[in-house]
Amino acid sequence: MTNEQQPTKEPTNESPMAADGVKIETFQLTASPHLRQPESVSHIMMWVVIALLPSLAAGVVFFGPQALLLTVVSVLAAIVTEWAIVKFLKKSAAIGDFSAVVTGVLVAFNVSSTLPWWMAAIGSAFAIGVAKMTFGGLGANFINPALAGRAFLMAAYPSAMTRFSPTTFGSLSGIDGISSATPLAQFKAAMADGSFQALDFQDALSNLFLGNVGGCLGETSALALLAGGILLLYKRIIPLRIPLVYIGTVFLLSWIFNGTGAHFTSSAIIIPFYHILAGGLFLGAFFMATDMVTSPITPAGKIVFAAGCGVLTFLIRKFGGYPEGVSYSILLMNLFVPLIERSTRPKMYGKVKNRD
Amino acid sequence: MMIGQEIKRGIIDENPILVLALGLCPSLAVSTSVQNGFGMGMAATFVLTCSNVIISLLRKVIPDKVRIPCFIVIIAMFVTIVQLVLKAYLPALDKQLGIFVPLIVVNCIILGRAEAYASRNNVFKSLIDGLVMGVGFTFALCILSVIREILGSNKLLGFKFVPGFQPMTVFILAPGGFFTIAFVMGVVRYIGNRKRGVRR
Repeated sequence: MTNEQQPTKEPTNESPMAADGVKIETFQLTASPHLRQPESVSHIMMWVVIALLPSLAAGVVFFGPQALLLTVVSVLAAIVTEWAIVKFLKKSAAIGDFSAVVTGVLVAFNVSSTLPWWMAAIGSAFAIGVAKMTFGGLGANFINPALAGRAFLMAAYPSAMTRFSPTTFGSLSGIDGISSATPLAQFKAAMADGSFQALDFQDALSNLFLGNVGGCLGETSALALLAGGILLLYKRIIPLRIPLVYIGTVFLLSWIFNGTGAHFTSSAIIIPFYHILAGGLFLGAFFMATDMVTSPITPAGKIVFAAGCGVLTFLIRKFGGYPEGVSYSILLMNLFVPLIERSTRPKMYGKVKNRD
Repeated sequence: MMIGQEIKRGIIDENPILVLALGLCPSLAVSTSVQNGFGMGMAATFVLTCSNVIISLLRKVIPDKVRIPCFIVIIAMFVTIVQLVLKAYLPALDKQLGIFVPLIVVNCIILGRAEAYASRNNVFKSLIDGLVMGVGFTFALCILSVIREILGSNKLLGFKFVPGFQPMTVFILAPGGFFTIAFVMGVVRYIGNRKRGVRR
């Protein structure tokens, strides 16, 4: 059928006119797109929520029911805030698109499990109310709302946000004297006072991978995050290049500048693995740097963005005052997205460079 | 000239901070507590009123080309008076406000009113303008500092506000100041638009 291409009055030979004798008077002209997918915002957001469930389960396993309570409160706060703002401003924005749920879950994933529930609610309300809705709601926010919520909580309640509890299975095995410090804080301290022993940290790797370590609620289990990330990759909701380049950059940089002076000793190999498994790198790389609204659209831009996140994460971890830098690095790179997009705009097909 | 209308102009329609967005730097810095905000507002009101009067008196004498330096000298004189008075009688407030008292010299509100109003209007009008603009500035500072003091240190005028609430440190830091100013500005514009029947 050539209906779309030939907006003629006269039906063509293949038209169904002859079959039942009904004369087709006109052809309908509609604006593109003509091919529709069942995919929608709520559809995508629902899959993101599903992909986050394994990590939530891991959080509940390692930190107890408090983790579930925090997540539920945070999600409720996000939904109520969005609903209230939409009502107040009389906007027609759909509330049922699940994006508030994703933001709520991610805020909860970015806080310590010992945080009082009302603080998580404040963070969630800030994420939706200030970082998202004041700029025009979904699609118009320039920074990741969940990370903005985390940054706000870090500035508002610095002590409560950095008070981490050990997991329900006890502390990291093989390392003495850590009960509440996060693996990265422990690593930084060990590197600083020269007491770094590669073997201690080698034993910790499996715990890091499974998630039996202290830290933020959702970042513990690299395995669960990886499962969710692979689901999103399979559903083509997130592009492969952002997590790959992000994690790869951190891995490379922490291998090259590993601080032991060598590159092929066992400790030099362990350090980069430790760097990518510890902290919130997997959570950030799979679920927050890939946020459709706040990451570049252009293919080359995605690589620049992810590499920038990786470099900043490494710099903050290595030289910064904080042991972990994933959230701030993504927030900082969010601000560069318009610049990145402008400078990596793909060449139009057949376009010739201006010669003047 | 209606006095009531003038006061409304200073506090709401042409509020220096919330509508004209002038003098944001000292506003951010001193609105961390109500005491500081009110003290700063009063000091600026005094300087604004006195400098408006003097500049209005001298408006025919000051040559146009060097008017800004002349304004600054007049303003600086009153700021020095305020500074000396504060140091003598309110040393605690002076310590709290710190550098922001001498910085009143370059406060945009005062120079702005001198340039836009006092150098073109008679003495009485300029006096009223200085007063209402100063009141508007003080009013806005008080609103900002009430919000920031409650949220940032859970206190009001130095007294504990809500027992059990852990204050959000961020609100007495600069980012909290920006958030507060933005939201109060938004609310003022929203109310103003609704009163004027503007539909978005």
